[in-house]
Amino acid sequence: MDSFFRSEEMCLVQLFFQTESAHNCINELGHLGLVQFKDLNPGTVAFQRRFVKEVKKCEEMERILRFLENEVVKSNIPIPADFTSETIPVPRDVLDLESRFDKLEQELKEINSNRDTLRQNFTQLMEINHLLQMTDDFFEELPSEDSVYSSKVTCRRTSYTSTNGPLKLGFVAGVIKHERFPAFEKILWRLFHGNFVLRHAEIKPHEEENMAEDPVKKDVFVVFVQGDQIRGKIRKLCDGFHASMYPCPNNAYARKEMRTNANTRIEDLRLVLKRTEEFRETTLTAAAANLQEWTSKVKKMKAIYYTLNLCNIDITQKLIVAEIWCPVSDLNSVHTALIHGSEQSGSSLSPVVNRIQTQQTPPTFNRVNSFTTGFQSIIDAYGVGNYQEINPAPYTMVTFPFLFAVMFGDCGHGLVMTLLALWLILHQEHFRKLKNELIDMLVDGRYIIFLMGLFSIYTGLIYNDCFSKSFNVFGSSWSVRPMFHPHGPWTNDTLHDSGHLHLDPLVSGVYSGNPYPFGVDPIWNIASNKLSFLNSYKMKMSVIMGVAHMLFGVTLSLVNYINLKDVALQFIPEVIFMLSLFGYLIFLILYKWCVVMKSESAPSILLLFINMMLFDYSSEGTVLYRTQKPVQIFLVVVAVLMVPWLLFAKPLLLYRKHKQLKLFCLSLFFGVKKAFFSLQVSMADIFVYQGIHTIEYCLGCISNTASYLRLWALSLAHAELSEVLWKMVLQVALRVTSGMGSVLLAVTFAAFAVLTVTILLVMEGLSAFLHALRLHCTPSTYTPDVAFGFCS
Amino acid sequence: MAALSFVIPMSVMTLFWGIIGGVVPWFIPKGPNRGVIVTMLVLTAVCCYLFWLIAILAQLNPLFGPSLKNDTIWYMYYHWS
Repeated sequence: MDSFFRSEEMCLVQLFFQTESAHNCINELGHLGLVQFKDLNPGTVAFQRRFVKEVKKCEEMERILRFLENEVVKSNIPIPADFTSETIPVPRDVLDLESRFDKLEQELKEINSNRDTLRQNFTQLMEINHLLQMTDDFFEELPSEDSVYSSKVTCRRTSYTSTNGPLKLGFVAGVIKHERFPAFEKILWRLFHGNFVLRHAEIKPHEEENMAEDPVKKDVFVVFVQGDQIRGKIRKLCDGFHASMYPCPNNAYARKEMRTNANTRIEDLRLVLKRTEEFRETTLTAAAANLQEWTSKVKKMKAIYYTLNLCNIDITQKLIVAEIWCPVSDLNSVHTALIHGSEQSGSSLSPVVNRIQTQQTPPTFNRVNSFTTGFQSIIDAYGVGNYQEINPAPYTMVTFPFLFAVMFGDCGHGLVMTLLALWLILHQEHFRKLKNELIDMLVDGRYIIFLMGLFSIYTGLIYNDCFSKSFNVFGSSWSVRPMFHPHGPWTNDTLHDSGHLHLDPLVSGVYSGNPYPFGVDPIWNIASNKLSFLNSYKMKMSVIMGVAHMLFGVTLSLVNYINLKDVALQFIPEVIFMLSLFGYLIFLILYKWCVVMKSESAPSILLLFINMMLFDYSSEGTVLYRTQKPVQIFLVVVAVLMVPWLLFAKPLLLYRKHKQLKLFCLSLFFGVKKAFFSLQVSMADIFVYQGIHTIEYCLGCISNTASYLRLWALSLAHAELSEVLWKMVLQVALRVTSGMGSVLLAVTFAAFAVLTVTILLVMEGLSAFLHALRLHCTPSTYTPDVAFGFCS
Repeated sequence: MAALSFVIPMSVMTLFWGIIGGVVPWFIPKGPNRGVIVTMLVLTAVCCYLFWLIAILAQLNPLFGPSLKNDTIWYMYYHWS
């Protein structure tokens, strides 16, 4: 089935349908999700389109729906999630829903404002109530209003109260916010220097009085002063502090009456508030029941009107013409959907489907299922391919997790990752309901993570690394006994003398001659020069994998060429260039691995390669095999010759072809100066394009081969981090011999687990993911050949 | 005889990945996903086989040996045959 390897073949189709059935047909097409509408009114601005009013109405309705949803959520009313009605939105539904929404919005706004006013009144009354209650205590200290203010009252400045004759004290009573009270008191002192008596008490709210949304702590205060002017000033001060003042009668009887008044009013208000709340809740619950349905309906209508804006409305207002891009294999289903739509609307004529030929480039369509979506979106993030070009996604499905695994390389961590991905896959519905962006991203990539985990288990087994420990399944190929007498140079004294000893593979028996059958030998895990071996191994492995991946990419682009008939001009020189340089490097690596040699006489491959490029054969002992010098010279010369081939062959061929065409044109037609001029300009373009491509390819070869060394770098970092976690966290607890060791081990294991998950799985996982992504985003791997229009 | 210990893993792994990459694709049932599944099998087999091959070839002719601590050597002398 070709569909995933190459983007699908598309066709341009003209649709004619009647205005009445338009909504139903577009609805059906929308459910199919397989067509793309072409804009038939490209010249018009958004405001000039036919259905712009309706689109605006839909947006207004969406706004009202959002407001409703906010209110519903604020009042903690559950929105029923499931609804099954799939009614098709029709034009008259628009008006109907619009009026309903307007009414609902008005109602809700009214209810809200009423409720706020009521609440305000309620708070005021409560405050008056508290005020009256507490000032009772204050006023009791004054036995009658004519008496002298006795020294029973603790006054901070005593001098001012010793006057003769009766004093008439006035007062100001009010309620102020608790946190503002100290400032208020301070300013009163500053202004009046103690010529007043201030009494305050905090309002302690009872439980059932919490009608306000966020209860603010308030204090009741009474200021006793002499004189009216001071009272006026205090009033202004209270205004400045937003303290609400209440008229408080002097005598106890009036106060009592006011209190009973306030109490009855409070009871009434309480009742009214309760009723208002209930009414609001019923309205909101009724609205919430239909909220989902309305939202989806409005969305569909908006989409339908937007699509209708793209179509051409016939002058007689009876017919709608639309042009769609649709995959050839789906033409039948599109036709059936349209017939279904027109039947639903009850129109007699079925819509006409007319396929037309066109020169325009169709859009690229890759058919994906839930497994392949993740990988396709990764590829699309780099760049959507051209029409009918090869799609790199099916190959990415293996190479991407594999390259990740080479960098991640730990079977213990890989197992944890696989289990996590399995959990995501099995419970994806549950996770999607949480509607968290990060979790959504994880759930979308669940198959990618699953494959990455599986491959990581495999590469971890080959690197012989499981939480930084190795498995010894087959028995190590290295043995220590032959190093001792009588075979080898060691004695018991050698052991006592030095801390570290090197095993020599040249002593017979030390190295068994057969490598460890599966992966890296477990002895390297306990060797102190483990990194010397592993670095050399991993670097060479990265280069081999890199060259293999790049060759694969170039070969894939061969399939694009066969489509465009470009093989000899571009593919062959590219392949020869890469093989002669980097293929030879791979050969050197493999040769050095397979042939037995003494370590003193083994030349370094890096130096060999550098000398090869510099044509430097002066130093002795730099040959791996006898005929090395002539072979290397030949390969470098061939590689250098490929560059002009790449650079000039294709443009020259095109130039000759167009020259022939031009001569042909000149002999037949007159006035082709314009064509000639355009020909000149485009020739320069071709040369420049080809030059860019050549430089990009050649330099890219070198730089990308080097960039594959990140496979080594990241796997080294991962191995080192995991070893640090073992040595410095878990091993410390395992070495404790006392009884407390078990408790310490439990705590340390918790720390080990947390650090493993956050640093090694999340951080290293993300890092390896990004680097694997970068390795796939090189244009030289999957040369999408931008068809410049001159392919012959 | 000693070479046998190299031939056995070589042939087992080659056979294993050869079956996965070369034989199993013929048995995948026809359906819309057949192409994708076959591609994935072949690519997996090639990648994993190559990776294993590199690991075993790198250790075939070692130029230097591991450097061990003396108590590790002492332990290995008595406990690893």
